[in-house]
Amino acid sequence: MPTPLVVSDVAKSFTMHLRDGIKLPVVAGVSFSIKAGECTVLGGPSGAGKSSILKMLYGNYAVDEGQIIVKHEDGLIDLAHASPRTVLAVRRQTIGYVSQFLRTVPRVSALDVVAEPLVERGEERETARGKARALLAQLNLPEKLWALPPATFSGGEQQRVNIARGFITEHPILLLDEPTASLDAKNRDVVIELIAAKKAAGVALLGIFHDHDVREAVADRIIDVTAFASGKLAA
Amino acid sequence: MTDEPLLRVSALSKFYGSRVGCDNVSFELWPGEVLAVVGESGSGKTTLLNCLSTRLLPSSGTASYRMRDGQFRELYRMSEAERRFLMRTDWGFVHQNPADGLRMTVSAGANVGERLMAVGDRHYGKIRATAVDWLSRVEIEQDRIDDEPRAFSGGMRQRLQIARNLVTGPRLVFMDEPTGGLDVSVQARLLDLLRGLVTDLGLAAIVVTHDLAVARLLSQRMMVMKDGRVVESGLTDRVLDDPRAPYTQLLVSSILQV
Repeated sequence: MPTPLVVSDVAKSFTMHLRDGIKLPVVAGVSFSIKAGECTVLGGPSGAGKSSILKMLYGNYAVDEGQIIVKHEDGLIDLAHASPRTVLAVRRQTIGYVSQFLRTVPRVSALDVVAEPLVERGEERETARGKARALLAQLNLPEKLWALPPATFSGGEQQRVNIARGFITEHPILLLDEPTASLDAKNRDVVIELIAAKKAAGVALLGIFHDHDVREAVADRIIDVTAFASGKLAA
Repeated sequence: MTDEPLLRVSALSKFYGSRVGCDNVSFELWPGEVLAVVGESGSGKTTLLNCLSTRLLPSSGTASYRMRDGQFRELYRMSEAERRFLMRTDWGFVHQNPADGLRMTVSAGANVGERLMAVGDRHYGKIRATAVDWLSRVEIEQDRIDDEPRAFSGGMRQRLQIARNLVTGPRLVFMDEPTGGLDVSVQARLLDLLRGLVTDLGLAAIVVTHDLAVARLLSQRMMVMKDGRVVESGLTDRVLDDPRAPYTQLLVSSILQV
């Protein structure tokens, strides 16, 4: 199986300038790769740096050291040192991301929030909306909500909008940050099905799942993030 | 997407006597990109915007703009007439106060039509039809076309100013606090409208704002300024979620949560 993403020796810390510049180490020596058609899961307790790793892979957090090599279009790109413009292109074409919480935009309907990533990739708006409807229906979001902006939705409803938005495109890499955290059993099963379909389509998935059943159902491999704890290297 | 930027800015500085307006600012802007310039009052962001839009001449540095024929031209070496032509056709400038960007005593339709006439349109029926179309795109009712902006609310005036700027199909729009001074609901409507127009028209824009939420919503890239210097720049969500510079951390930690 091809390897679309390789992470090597990545380190990350936060310097808190408002707290006399203390340095909070997060992770160091992070090295792993993910494979097409597989779902790799980041394991470890809260605070181990799982979300930080995902955010670095999406260009949302800066990387202190190391490389993140991603296969983008016909070449390889080091995301750790890529220009903002390149990161945006990678997000548009190569790496999709389902965040923990939906960031809502005033006045934009749930349907358009979901359809937007497809429109950005050049799909006709109506075609994109059609796919968005199908996904929202699959995720059991009541149809009467589709035309409303999601700001006033419940946590579970917002998360389903967020999942639909992340799954609607055909990005070859998909990052999932606890997509099932506030879902009921029925919708968790829908997400498991959606992940299985992505795997079958050859997508490389990397996720964080606190829910044991979901993890069991989707994980091909588990990477223990505590191995990358910053203290370990120094010790 | 083209492989060349629309605007290249290199080591731009503006001094007011010994006082620093903006100091050694460099960046590139590509078509379709929205760049937010944030910082508090006095940080030099408006000075920078005024230099870029050639409303003010810098003390040193260069800015070159890719014209429609694909050639880069040095902005500060153009003649006044050439710059004015660029301003009327290929650029837009949305002021914080709509009264600065509109003619308050001519009708809404004429405010939009005037920009069209400046680029050589002479057919009254066509101009009026385009004006009507643009007013509807910025959600101004057709029956207000003959009213003067004096009779409009603040939000409507701002939407009219946007229509006036975009009617000529500019490729680059400068915005100075476009939502400043508006009620939040009016602000949300305007932001939504701007987002849609920028995406649909593939505009490049430089937006000066002190409101980080506005920057997050509108821009893909961000520059943070303090005392005339750029202290941090990068992807908007990266700068806001993982701020590195002490000043950016202070700004981000000062946002009020709703």
